[in-house]
Order: sequence, then structure tokens, then C-alpha cells
Amino acid sequence: MKTNADIFAAFFRVGILGFGGGPSAIPLFHREAVKKYKWMTDDEFGDTLALGNTMPGPIATKMAGYIGYRVNGIAGSLVALFASVVPTVLLMILLLGALQQFKGVEWVNNMSAAVVPVVGVMLAVMTWDFFKKSGESLGWMRAIWLTLMFAIMLEVLHIHPAFVIIGILIIVLVPLKKRGGTM
Amino acid sequence: MIYWYIFLAFFIPGVLGYGGGPASIPLVEKEVVDRYGWMTTQEFGEVLALGNALPGPIATKMAGYIGYMEGGVLGSIVALFASVAPSLFLMLILMATLMKYKDSMQVKNITKLIRPVIAVLLGAMTLQFFLTSKEAVGSIQTIVLIVVSYWLLEVRKIHPAFVIGLALAYGAISSFI
Repeated sequence: MKTNADIFAAFFRVGILGFGGGPSAIPLFHREAVKKYKWMTDDEFGDTLALGNTMPGPIATKMAGYIGYRVNGIAGSLVALFASVVPTVLLMILLLGALQQFKGVEWVNNMSAAVVPVVGVMLAVMTWDFFKKSGESLGWMRAIWLTLMFAIMLEVLHIHPAFVIIGILIIVLVPLKKRGGTM
Repeated sequence: MIYWYIFLAFFIPGVLGYGGGPASIPLVEKEVVDRYGWMTTQEFGEVLALGNALPGPIATKMAGYIGYMEGGVLGSIVALFASVAPSLFLMLILMATLMKYKDSMQVKNITKLIRPVIAVLLGAMTLQFFLTSKEAVGSIQTIVLIVVSYWLLEVRKIHPAFVIGLALAYGAISSFI
């Protein structure tokens, strides 16, 4: 019982303090799982993070679910997920619910309208971040060509991103067994 | 039926969103705005802005909230399950196998090659937000808000929660001037 209480406390703290989305919570995970509760070593934490990063889906919940599982099996995994997700979702539903109540009032509409360009800026920064990381890992020439190609596929030809991503998975993973070559 | 759509809308971004929660945002937008029409770009922007201002993982906050809007408490649970469970199962089950390939070029190449895709999707969304804003508050206010919020966020490194708070305050006050 103590274990589940510890798991809850650890992931509740991470969830409620991790401002800035999942990735910003990673150092908080490290503090709880490695430093405070010693559930895993630094190396194990690094491996979990590396693996989590190569898999699809939100990173924070993958880490929480996996660490919880390591500590206390399925129950631990569920407790960790619950603690890291539910409190902030409830907060979100309450706050947005309150905002919806005043829909149609002019000053509330103006508030929502003023937020749109701010979100635009945050998205632009994220866009640049992804593009910069591409340039650094793939080389700028290749990153630019790939970006242009994907832009045409996604925005001009309107191919669903699912097909583009699955296509990349096939191209990368199919030759895995045949050759050990590099990209 | 709505629960099945909610499941699909969050299962697809959950399973395709390489690069953590933020990578799945444009994929979620594709589903809930473009495909199912559950919300407009502006409403999606509000949810995203508030989600960014609140603590905790972003992908699940969006899923939990949108699921709740469309299907109540059960919808919220379905959306959370769909966005979290598949990738978590994959992580638990494939841990041992993938550990071997952790350093393989191919596995690393997946994340590398998908980055430009996410960049394109985010770029398209950015443009959409700027155009929506232009329609709502006009070009001049949009440009001012862009410049000021960029300066606050990226130059002064002010926390997004405060910048969003300021924008909300500005919006409210501007209607009384």
C-alpha cells in the first residue's frame, strides 16, 4: 500500500508541476524516480527515456506508465497514469467549462481572439524547433528537401499524415533485417 | 458510435505522434477540426492555449478535455485511454526487443525522418492560427500581438502561462476602450 501511495505522490507532483507539456516534466521524473525514491539508476532512467523517445505517443505518460509498472506491476502503472493525468485534465475541464459559460459576451470573445496569435507564436517556435533539429540531425540540405517534399505531400496533395508516417516507418524498418546500412 | 470516433481521433495521433506529446498536437487538430468538425480552429486554439498554460502533459490534457466535450466523462476516459494505452503497451511489451535496437541507426532514423513531417504540420497550423487571428482582430492587432508575444516568450523568456494571461487581459480590456 505504501508503494502505491509513493507512486501516486511522485507522479502527482510531476503532473502538477510540469508546466510546458510532457517533455518539460522529464527532469521532474528523474528527480522522483532516481533521486527521491531510488526506483531506478541513472542509466536505467536514461534507457527508459531513450526508448520512450523512439516510440510514438505522449512521452510523459509512457514514462509514468512504465516506471509505475517497474515499481509495482499493473497496479503501479495505473496509479502512476492516474496521478499524472487526471488532476490536470480536471483543472482543464473546470476552467474551460467556466469560459464556455460566458460564450457570446463580447469581452470574453475578445479574450479568446487575443489568445489566437499568441498560440500562433508558440506554434511557430515549435515549428522552428522541429525544423532546426531536423537540420542538425539530417544535414540542412536534406532537411530542406525533405521538408519541401513533405509539405507538398501534406498540404498540396492533402495526403493524410498517417500515410506519410507509415510510409516512413516502412522505408526505414523494412531493410532492417537485410542490411545494416546507414542512412 | 461517438465513443468509437473519439477512440479513433486520439488513437491515431497517439500511435503516430513520434517525438512526444507536442508532435501529436497537429495530428489531433487534423482529426478534431478537419475530420470530425468537433471544434473550429479558434476553439482548438483556446484549448491549446489553456492546455499550455496549465501544468501536466499536453497531449492527455487535450484528449481528456475534448473527449469530455464530445462524450462526457466516458468520452474523456475513452480519449485518455486511446491516447495513452497503445503506446504504453508498446513500451511495456517491446522494451526488451527494442533495447537491442536502441542504438541502431534505423530506429533513430524514424525519429529523424518524422521530424520534418511534424515541422510541416506545425507550420501549416501556425499559418492557420495567424489567418484566423487576422479575421478575428484584423491585421494590425494580429501583428502587434505576434510581435509582443514573441518578444515576451522568446526574448524575455516569460512563462507562457503569464503571456496567455496578459493576452486574455488585453482582449478583455480592449473591448471597453
